[in-house]
Amino acid sequence: MALSSPRGTLLGPKGWTGVLAAALVIGVLIPLLNLAVAPDSAFHLSEYYVSLTGKILCYAICALAMDLIWGYTGILSLGHGVFFALGGYGMGMYLMRQIGREGSYKSDLPDFMVFLDWKDLPWHWAWSDSFVLQMLLVIAVPGLLAFVFGFFAFRSRIKGVYFSIITQALTFAAMLLFFRNETGFGGNNGFTDFKRILDMPLNTPGMRVFLCVLSGAVLIAFFLMARMIVNSKYGRVLQAIRDAETRVMFTGYNPVAYKLSIWTLSAVMCAVAGALYVPQVGIINPGEMSPAASIEMAIWAAVGGRATLIGPIVGAFFVNGAKSWFTVAFPEYWLFFLGALFIAVTLFLPHGIVGLLRKKGERS
Amino acid sequence: MTPDLMQAGAEALERHKAKPESRPRFVSQEPYFGQGVALYVQDITVSFDGFKALNALNLTIDVGELRCIIGPNGAGKTTMMDCITGKTRPDSGKVFFGSNIDLLRLSEPQIAQAGVGRKFQKPTVYEHLSVFENLELALRADRRVRASLFSRLSGAQLDRIGEVLVTIHLKDEAQRTAGLLSHGQKQWLEIGMLLMQDPKLLLLDEPVAGMTDEETERTAELFLTLEGKHSLVVVEHDMKFVDELTQGRKKVTVLHEGSVLAEGLLSDVQNNEKVVEVYLGR
Repeated sequence: MALSSPRGTLLGPKGWTGVLAAALVIGVLIPLLNLAVAPDSAFHLSEYYVSLTGKILCYAICALAMDLIWGYTGILSLGHGVFFALGGYGMGMYLMRQIGREGSYKSDLPDFMVFLDWKDLPWHWAWSDSFVLQMLLVIAVPGLLAFVFGFFAFRSRIKGVYFSIITQALTFAAMLLFFRNETGFGGNNGFTDFKRILDMPLNTPGMRVFLCVLSGAVLIAFFLMARMIVNSKYGRVLQAIRDAETRVMFTGYNPVAYKLSIWTLSAVMCAVAGALYVPQVGIINPGEMSPAASIEMAIWAAVGGRATLIGPIVGAFFVNGAKSWFTVAFPEYWLFFLGALFIAVTLFLPHGIVGLLRKKGERS
Repeated sequence: MTPDLMQAGAEALERHKAKPESRPRFVSQEPYFGQGVALYVQDITVSFDGFKALNALNLTIDVGELRCIIGPNGAGKTTMMDCITGKTRPDSGKVFFGSNIDLLRLSEPQIAQAGVGRKFQKPTVYEHLSVFENLELALRADRRVRASLFSRLSGAQLDRIGEVLVTIHLKDEAQRTAGLLSHGQKQWLEIGMLLMQDPKLLLLDEPVAGMTDEETERTAELFLTLEGKHSLVVVEHDMKFVDELTQGRKKVTVLHEGSVLAEGLLSDVQNNEKVVEVYLGR
C-alpha cells in the first residue's frame, strides 16, 4: 500500500472555484453594481450595502483569526477585540492627522487635544504623520502586546476557561485605559470626522468601493495563508495541542512556541482588520474594546463552524447580516436573538452552519 | 610540518565540519549508556501537602532491560513516571538518563527529545487527526516551529510510518480518525506513536488496561520484540500479563507507599510475606 500525506494540496477544485467566485463578487460585481449601474436601476447596489459588506469583510477576518486560535488550537480568546481596536486606533491616529487644519478649532492638533488644552502632540503620536510608519505600528503594537501577554500566560500554563477570563480582563482593562482623556486617544469619543487618507478624500463612492475591495482581498489572502498553515505539519501540531496537549509535550514539542506563534499571528490579523475597518465606518472609540465585542467574535466562529476556516467567514456574514436587519426591524430584541442563536448552535449544531451543510452533502 | 601531519590535520577538520550535519540538530545531548545503565533513580522523595507519594525511591534500569513494576493503588507508580518525564519535580534525589543526562534539569519536551517515551494510563491520542497523522507528528524530526511549517515527509519516513502501522495492526485504519478507534486500538496507536519517536527508554503506564485477551497477548509479544533494542519500564496490575513479559526469569519491582518493597523474580515476589500482606491486607 502506498502511503501519502493526506492533506497535500492547498485547496481542491471546488475550493479554488469558491475563492475565484468570492474574488469576482467582491472585486468585480460589487464595484460594477455600485459605480457603473445607474442609481435608479433595480440592480444598483447602494452605498449602504457597499460599506456594510466592507465592514462585514473586516469582521470575517477577525472570525478567521478566531478560528486559528480557538477552532484549531483550542484556545478560546475572549479578548481579541483589543487587538482589533488597537489596529483601528493605529489607523485612526493617522486619519486624525490627515484632517489637518480643517477641524472645528482650525488647529494643527486634533480637535480633542485642543479641547484638552494640549500644546504639543504626545510622544506616542510621533509617527502619526507618516502612513508607512503608522501602518508599522498597526502591526507591531498589537503584535507585541499579544506576544508579551501570550508569553507569560502560556509559559505559566494558563489554560481553558482561566485563559479566556484573563483575555476578557485584558480587553476590559484596555477599554478603561482608553476611556481616559489623559491616555491621548480621545477618551470616550475616540476618533471621528476623518476627511482624507493618503491625501485623497475618504467620503467618495470610489474610495468606499476601493476599501471594500481591499478588505475582501486581504480576507482572501489571509484565508489562503490560514489554509496553508492548517495544512502544514505545524497546523497538525496545533490541532494536537487542542486534542491532547500533554501528549504533545511528551512527544518532544514545546507547546509554548506553537501557541505563542499562532496567538500572535491571530492578534495581528485582527489588528489589520481593525485598520481596514476604521476608514470605512469613520469612527473608532473604546466601545470596540468592550467585552461584548470580543464575545461576539467567538459567536461568529461558533455559528459558522469551528476548525473549518470557511465556517467562521460564513458565520460572520450570517450573524452580522442578521444583526443589521434585526437592529432595524426589532431593535430591542437583537441581543435576545443573538443569545438564542448561540444556545441553539451549541446545542444542535456543534459544527456550526458549515458542519450542517457538510452533513447534508454527505447524505445526498 | 610534515605533509602527512598536514593531511591528517585537514582530514580532522573535515570530520569536525561534517559532524554537526550527521547528528540530529534538535538533540542537545546524547545519553551515554557505556556503563550499562539506562535509567538511574536515586533517593527521590515527593510530597504533596505532607503526604509522601514517593519516599526515598531507588531504581536502576539496565540498557535493554524490560522491567515490570507492580504495586497496590497509591504506591507511587505514576508519580515515579511523572518524576522521570519532568511532569513533577521531586523534593530531593537524583534522576539520570544514561550516565550523563540529569533529567531533573530538563523540561518535558527536552526529556522526550533526549529519548524517553511515555505512554499514559488513559490512552491519549489526537482524536481529530487520522491514525496516519498521529504517527506523523510523533515521527522523530526537528520539533521547532519553523521546521514544522515547511516539513515534508521523505520516502524513508513514509516507509517508517508504514512499518509501524503494520506493527500495531492498524494498517487498514491509517486514514481513519483516531477518535473512532476502539479503546484497545487507541492503546495500540499510542504505543505506535512511542515507537515513531524511537525512544531509548519507554515508560508504559498500564498499557493493556481495557484490552481484550487477544490484544493483551499481542501487546506482550510486541514488548518482547522491543526488549534489547529499547529499555522498557512497564507498570501493570494484570499479573498474567506481567508473567508473560517476565517469562519467569526477569526482575519485578514491587512499590509500596512510595518506596521499593521487594525486587526479584515474580514467583519469589509473590511468595514474599511483606508483599502478600500489602496486597491482601492484614
